[in-house]
Parts: sequence; structure tokens; C-alpha cells
Amino acid sequence: MNAATQPQPPPAYTPPQPRMRELVTPEGIDLRIVLAEAGERAAALLLDLAIILGVLIGATIALAIVGGVLNFGVEELIGVVWLLVAFFLRNFYFTAFELTPRAATPGKRALGLRVAMRDGGRLTAEAIFLRNVMREVELFVPITLVFAVGFSEDGLAYLMALIWCGVFVLFPLFNKDRLRVGDLVGGTWVVRAPRRLLDIDLAGDEVETEGLFSAEALDAYGVKELTVLEDVLRRRDPATMKAVAERIQYKTGARPFGSPLEFLQAYYKALRLHLESRLLFGRRRRDKYDKP
Amino acid sequence: MTVTLKSRRFRTEREADWRRLENLLDRFEKGQRASLSDDEVIAIPVLYRATLTSLSMARAISLDKSLVDYLESLSARAYFCVYGARTTLTERVARFFVRDWPEAVRSLWRETLVSGAMNLLGTIVAYVLVRRSPQWFSSFVSEDYAQGRDPSASYKQLYDTLHGPQHVDGLSVLAAFLFTHNARIALLSFALGFACCLPSAFMMIYNGLVLGAFLALFAQQGLGFELGGWLFIHGTTEIFAVTLAGAAGFHIGWGLAFPGELSRMDALAAAGRRAAVVMGGVVVMLAVAGLLEGYGRQLVQSTLVRYAVGAAMLTLWCTYFYLPRGER
Repeated sequence: MNAATQPQPPPAYTPPQPRMRELVTPEGIDLRIVLAEAGERAAALLLDLAIILGVLIGATIALAIVGGVLNFGVEELIGVVWLLVAFFLRNFYFTAFELTPRAATPGKRALGLRVAMRDGGRLTAEAIFLRNVMREVELFVPITLVFAVGFSEDGLAYLMALIWCGVFVLFPLFNKDRLRVGDLVGGTWVVRAPRRLLDIDLAGDEVETEGLFSAEALDAYGVKELTVLEDVLRRRDPATMKAVAERIQYKTGARPFGSPLEFLQAYYKALRLHLESRLLFGRRRRDKYDKP
Repeated sequence: MTVTLKSRRFRTEREADWRRLENLLDRFEKGQRASLSDDEVIAIPVLYRATLTSLSMARAISLDKSLVDYLESLSARAYFCVYGARTTLTERVARFFVRDWPEAVRSLWRETLVSGAMNLLGTIVAYVLVRRSPQWFSSFVSEDYAQGRDPSASYKQLYDTLHGPQHVDGLSVLAAFLFTHNARIALLSFALGFACCLPSAFMMIYNGLVLGAFLALFAQQGLGFELGGWLFIHGTTEIFAVTLAGAAGFHIGWGLAFPGELSRMDALAAAGRRAAVVMGGVVVMLAVAGLLEGYGRQLVQSTLVRYAVGAAMLTLWCTYFYLPRGER
């Protein structure tokens, strides 16, 4: 009876990242990778298609110029080159780029994405080949079909074909890992792998330990609020900083001094010192609702 | 009184190592692998482990979010580098031809038999039907594809399509066109196998039907033997490749429909790996077939030589795929 009435501990704070997945390295550390959203995937694909189209147009013009300048029996060679360039771009552009150490096409690179195995293992050439062969049904057949709209006499058959293609095209939207059919078959998925740079430490070298803020003022917030404050300080938007500084002064009763930037920097340092020293004793205060 | 934060000291002590790893990874990812010295290559896994340790420590003691984010991104990049593919492209290609491809083709022998049988079934059905009543021909072969080769054509017209005037000029374009066209069809019939084998089966049977219809048409005019040579020279390679593509499609569809003890996803991925190797090879085979069809068939006009070339290619493929070989 007693157990039921006891207050339950609050649920652990989970960051709002529905696409975060566990990737435990052999060393036993979870890298917490984040999967790419469908929108990012689509944007990367459009970029890649634009590049393919651009190269194809460029190659055609270049070949036409070469044909015009040389003007002796090179038409055949040009025909062969064009057919092969078109074929290899269509079928092996994605495969070739994903085989490089970055495991990403230029479009994916631009959006900070890369291909990885779902089981965290080695990304094999077979998997990359496979996930890109499936593009034939997922992408090129539907594109052909859309352009064939005026040529089909049988409306019902065309509708059926559209539905059939739609199953493949929209597949990623209907599973939580955003897998397309090629990912499913290849055992891969697409993850975010942005190349982040190390930013300056906002705490600086020295932190003033006393005098500026009372103990109550530092007990007002938790880790989540500290992170938000860090974000505000890195962006340095004057209006936001002023609003945040006033809010903190109102809430904690801290006496204002200097510019909003100076105030926030001092408060950030003091709060971080306060929370980190408690962290060292094993006490992580998640947010302002957590007990201090 | 002032102090230095512990998380700040932690960062100062280790920052040089992180930056060094970041620099090595940048060069590795840009494909400048050759520019890395031996010492630097050896340093990557060591620095990677140090960074992982830093990451788990930073998660425990530091409240600097940008630092933790940076370490997560750096660790993930290093992880993909350290546990990524280690073979070079040349080694990979060599292993594909020496071992992986024949092995994968052998392991799909059941699917290859089924796929071949469907092809054959289509051929026989169409042949028998068209021989009985030539009207069937138009049900199997569309008008654009037949290009005048239909039951109303005379012996002379049919003969000319087999031993037509030689257009030696356009041969390489023809070869390239045939290759790219066939490769696309093969890739498609494979990719469609994902839908539980059915579309692949349909494409295999349809392929057989067209073949059978043409055979019957030419046989009616007493040109069966000659058409055989015309088809055989590249057909042994091409139809073999198409059969393998169908087999790979069946393999995937079967893995999805009947996953056995694995979960459906795992079964699909496992089947996919093997099928992908076969398909890589199919593209190579179709390139060979395109050359044989574009060049060989136009340059070799003797039916007997055409048969000989076709038979030689078939022997070559079968020896390559199915002849037992030593381990290693």
C-alpha cells in the first residue's frame, strides 16, 4: 500500500531528438548518432540530380564543340562517349561517391550527411552498390512514368502504375528510421555527420567565485537553462541578450551591472561553476523544475 | 578570488590531441590518404580512443554543450574512419573477380535454375503457339520491337535482318547503346525482385516469350538455324546475364517472403549482400554481350562461326562460375 502512494521520481530528461539512435562502439561508448530527416535526404537528392543533369548538359555541349571543331568521323566516338557518360552517371554516380572515405555524395556532403551500416559495422561495397541499384525502381522509373503522362491511353493502368511507384517513392516517410527500400535491402541508413568546429569556451580562463551572485540566484536554474544561455551568448543577438538578462534579473533578484552581454557572461560563468561543482559530487540538476 | 573551472582545465590539457585528430581526419576524408605518413596512420586509432575517453569524461563533468557536441562529432568521424572500409579500390575489384563473384553466382544456383526454367518455359510456350497459328506473334512482340519482322514478312526480308548490309561505321555506338539498354533492363528486373519475386518472374517469362516468338517466326521460313547463330553469338552471354539478374531478384524476394530464423529485415539485408555481388557481375557480362552483339555479330557473317563464338563464351562463363577451385 505504502509503495503505491510514495511519490514517483520524475521521468529522466530526454532531449527532443526522435531520430537519435544508439551506436555503441567496441570501446563501449555510445556515440548517440542522429538519423537524417526525410527533408534533408530529399534536398541532398535534388542537389545530386542537379549535378548529374549539369554534368550531362556540360558533356553534351563539350562533345558538340569537339565534334564541330574536329569535324572528321568523330560522331561515332561522341555517340559512344555520350551513351556511356549518361549510363555511368545514372547508375554509378551515387555508388562511386559513397565508396569514398566520406561515404557521401556531394549533395549529402553539402547537408552534412553520410551513409552508415545499421548494425554499426563496416560499410561494404556491396551494401553501397545495392542501395543505389534500388534507385532504379525508387527514382528513375517513377520519373520516367511522370513524364509519360500524356502517352498513356489507359487512365486506370496509369493510375495503378502511379500507386505502385508511390509505394517505393514514399517508403521513407512510413518508417521511423527513414529507410528507403535501398537502405532496407543494403542494411544501411543515412546519418548526420556534420563536421563541427571547436568553439571557444565561454567560461574563459578565470571565474570569479564570490560576490556577484547570491546562492539563491544560482539555485534558480538547471543544466537545460545553462545550455539555452550558452546558445544565447554564442549567437550574440543584442535584443535577445537584453531580454534574457532582464528576465534573469527579475527571476533571481540579481542586481544588474554592466551591459547585458557582460551581465550574462558573468552569470553564465557563475552558474556553470555552481552546477559543475555539484556535478562532480554526482548531482546533475536537469532543469529548473528539478530540486536543487 | 578566482578559480579555473575543472572542465576548462580538462579541455586545455586535451585540446591539442583533438585538433591533431581533426587535422588527420580532414586529410583522410579528402582522399589524401597517401599524404599521411606511417606514424600519422598509426596515430589515428590511438587518438580516436583518447577522444572517446574525453567524450565520456566530458559528458560526465562538463556543461559546455558545444564541447560535448564537438567531441561527439569528432568521435563519430573517427569511428567511421577507424572501423570503415580498409581495402583499396583495386584490391576490392581484384577480390570481386577472383573470389566474390563466382562464389555468389554458385550460391544462387537454385534461383538460377528457376530463373532459367522460366525463360525456357516462356520460349517453348511462345514457340509452340506461334508455330500453330502465327497470329499469336503480335501478342508477344510489339510492333516497334518487331520492326517488320512479322509473319507477313518474306524469306528475303527476314534473311536480310540476319545478314544485313554491314554498317561498320556505327558499330561502337550500337554496342554502347545495347550495353546501356540491356544493363538498365537487368538492373530493373533485379530491383523489382524486391516485391516478393513476382515482377522478376514476369520479366523472365516475358523475355522467353519474345525469344520463342522470333524463333518460331524464322523457323517457319526455314531460317531457324541461322537465327540461332544470330542470337547465339551474344545470346549465351546476354541471356545468361539476364537469367542471373532474375535469379538475384528471386533471391531478394525470397529472403523477404521467407526469412527463416532471421528477422525479415536481417534476412533481406543478408540476401541483398549476395545478390548485389551477382548484379555487379551481371553489368560486366552485359558489357561483354554488348560488344559481341554490336561488333561480333556485324563483323562475323558465317552462321557456324557465330555458333562457335557463342559456344566458346558459354563454356568460358560456366568454367569460370562453376568449375570447382581450390580454397584460398
